[in-house]
Amino acid sequence: MIKSFITPELMPAFPEISLAIAAMLILLFGISRKEEDYNSVSNLSMLALAAVFMTLCKFCTETATTFNGMFIADAFGAFMKALVVTGSFVSIMLAAKYVERQRIMRFEYPILILFATLGMMLMISANDLIALYMGLEMQSLPLYVLAAMQRDTVRSTEAGLKYFVLGALSSGMLLYGASLIYGYTGATGFDAISTALAGHPAGLGIIVGMVLLLSGLAFKISAVPFHMWTPDVYEGAPTSVTAFFAIAPKLAALALLTRTFMGPFGHLADQWRQVVVVISVASMVLGSVAAIGQNNIKRLLAYSSIGNMGYALVGLAAASPAGVQAIMIYAAIYMVMTIGAFAVVLMMKQKDRMVEQISDLSGLGDRQPLLALAMTIMMFSMAGIPPLAGFFGKLFIFQAAIGSGLYTLAVLGVLASVIGAYYYLRIIKVMYFETAGDDVIDKASDGRLNLLLGISSALIVLFIVFPGPLLTSAADAAQSLFK
Amino acid sequence: MIEAIFFYVFSAVLIGSAAWVISSRNPVHSVLALILAFFNAAGLFVMLGAEFLAMIMVIVYVGAVAVLFLFVVMMLDIDFVKLKAGLVKNAFVGFIVGGVLLAEFVWMYLRWGMSQVTPHVMMPTPDMAQVNNTQALGMVLYTHYVYLFQISGLILLVAMIGAITLTHRRRPDNRTQKVAIQVARNPKDVLKVEKITSGSGVH
Amino acid sequence: MIATDLLTNYFPIVVFLVIATGLSMLMVGVSFLAAKQKPDTEKISAYECGFEAFADARMKFDVRFYLVSILFIIFDLEVAFLFPWAITLGKIGLYGFWSMMVFLGVLTVGFIYEWRKGALDWE
Repeated sequence: MIKSFITPELMPAFPEISLAIAAMLILLFGISRKEEDYNSVSNLSMLALAAVFMTLCKFCTETATTFNGMFIADAFGAFMKALVVTGSFVSIMLAAKYVERQRIMRFEYPILILFATLGMMLMISANDLIALYMGLEMQSLPLYVLAAMQRDTVRSTEAGLKYFVLGALSSGMLLYGASLIYGYTGATGFDAISTALAGHPAGLGIIVGMVLLLSGLAFKISAVPFHMWTPDVYEGAPTSVTAFFAIAPKLAALALLTRTFMGPFGHLADQWRQVVVVISVASMVLGSVAAIGQNNIKRLLAYSSIGNMGYALVGLAAASPAGVQAIMIYAAIYMVMTIGAFAVVLMMKQKDRMVEQISDLSGLGDRQPLLALAMTIMMFSMAGIPPLAGFFGKLFIFQAAIGSGLYTLAVLGVLASVIGAYYYLRIIKVMYFETAGDDVIDKASDGRLNLLLGISSALIVLFIVFPGPLLTSAADAAQSLFK
Repeated sequence: MIEAIFFYVFSAVLIGSAAWVISSRNPVHSVLALILAFFNAAGLFVMLGAEFLAMIMVIVYVGAVAVLFLFVVMMLDIDFVKLKAGLVKNAFVGFIVGGVLLAEFVWMYLRWGMSQVTPHVMMPTPDMAQVNNTQALGMVLYTHYVYLFQISGLILLVAMIGAITLTHRRRPDNRTQKVAIQVARNPKDVLKVEKITSGSGVH
Repeated sequence: MIATDLLTNYFPIVVFLVIATGLSMLMVGVSFLAAKQKPDTEKISAYECGFEAFADARMKFDVRFYLVSILFIIFDLEVAFLFPWAITLGKIGLYGFWSMMVFLGVLTVGFIYEWRKGALDWE
């Protein structure tokens, strides 16, 4: 029986608490306006995210747990949370003109993004099975709503429904696995599970529980064979929402996977490595092959993100500090590339409707040379062509895999990368070497989108010159996970 | 002895109604069978001593969730025959997947052994004679698990926002009373008492 | 393990269940067995003021009902959290009190939101 209650230390959770309070205050502000005021709510949300970003740096060096060990704040968490908060900030920035055009300009949009970000931050800091699940649901619920945001179109409601049903199913699997783990070890906290599993050979119950947990989490990062929802949901949801899906939630789920499987299940690495290797190879291969026949650019970017997550999982399969560092570098580079690619897609407008077919991009090289150049940089980087940043991301991943002795995996990854380069190069060919169709594409000029595109292109190109900051912070953060 | 009878009765009805849910041709029958299943599950919870859980299950699941199911099923014309047609087509694959999963779980439970790992029990459940289930839950939920409690509050908030965002429509030509404005009217601004001499009329 | 003291407290409910089931089965069963049943096509045809039923009885419903139901669930869950708190408030002291107040505050923000948004209005 609890005799005395110690008020939990709130400082480690300060970024999350302040984000929650900010989101609620912005909600009250939004509802107190006489008319629907999207712009002020959106600007306030971006301000809140920027403020939260500032508070994150406090935990770059020390580790702290609070709330009875359910919440952990360390350098790894701070790094991934910084990425996630930046991703959400950019997503709100990307959405502004688009939502106006698509008539989904409701002030709940940035607020739902704020709550999804809060869920992501809670997920990354989870140190307990129940906290993991709560963070996961907190992130997923606003995403379901956002996917169905354009509620008057069948496509969008179908996307939201598919995402929700499959997400609920995967959460069920995850919970079953978590309950088996609890039954086997008698505890839900990661530290306690780690102590319980240390030194003992893995029993059948724990392996089944771990595999179910991995399945539930693999759904969230859309790894094969749990990827079925991704192309349909990405295609059906409004494009700015798709951009958000591709940018932030994947990184948070990846961080969660890394922390969960390097932490309490670190001793059982040989058991779960086999599963992760299979999932990773399947994702890389599917991401390369299935995108070849696609005509819709959103579906193509969906398959591309499946493939990218496959590469990131190679770093997880390595199960070493180098692997974790590689995951973090790859995540950061992936985020910048995705931001650039979606900025280009959101900029295109063909009279009234938004551009979605690849054939609509034909002849862009002549009419909008700068835009085509930016898209070319993004596509070359995603294909992994040096000296752009995407090449280095893959380099670190495969180095980590070889360092752990996974030679076959590395070779398969390189092969998949080469095959996948085909469809990225095809887009470039369409832009430069095909004549424009009858319709002229107007660039929906938006200063912020131009700025974002310029910054992401510069980052991708200049990574080879200034890799230092990213590499050192990722190395420090990876070390903190192994202390 | 008598507990065994109750256990078997509850379990049998639970499994039977669960089978009825998936095999019934009428969707309303399915939902009613689901409600029966929930009640029996609540009975099983009571037998384990988790009475709060049983009552909450009845209140929330039957009282709210099953009502939502009934809304959808009764008011939308769901053609079960068309939905079930897919079942026949995919039955073979479904059986294989379900069979594999069942075999895995059966194998796992048969080989279950806790002896290798000392159970690291965090908090033993308090003795039921001294503290009933509701009190036991209350003593830890708001103190030890305050983090999870607050997150669940935030999730409920997000659910509210989401539900309203997706379903709420304001009719643009609707005029409502604004009671505050009506009550705030001052008689001095709208009424004037005129003194009229009889026979002269109002100007 | 199963505490028999606890279960004996629930015995009246079992008695109630048995009587309810038995009585309803009795009422339906006796009328089924003892009544004269001679159905013919006229007697068992559907009644729609003399005509045959010409459309499905189901009609489209306004999604407003659904919204009301969902909002009910959310506040129902809030009340479910309030029950154990109310019983154990003495033992969890000031800390437990304030944690519940924060939870209620969060849900009050939601309540303000839905009130001002007009989700509680029925047009």
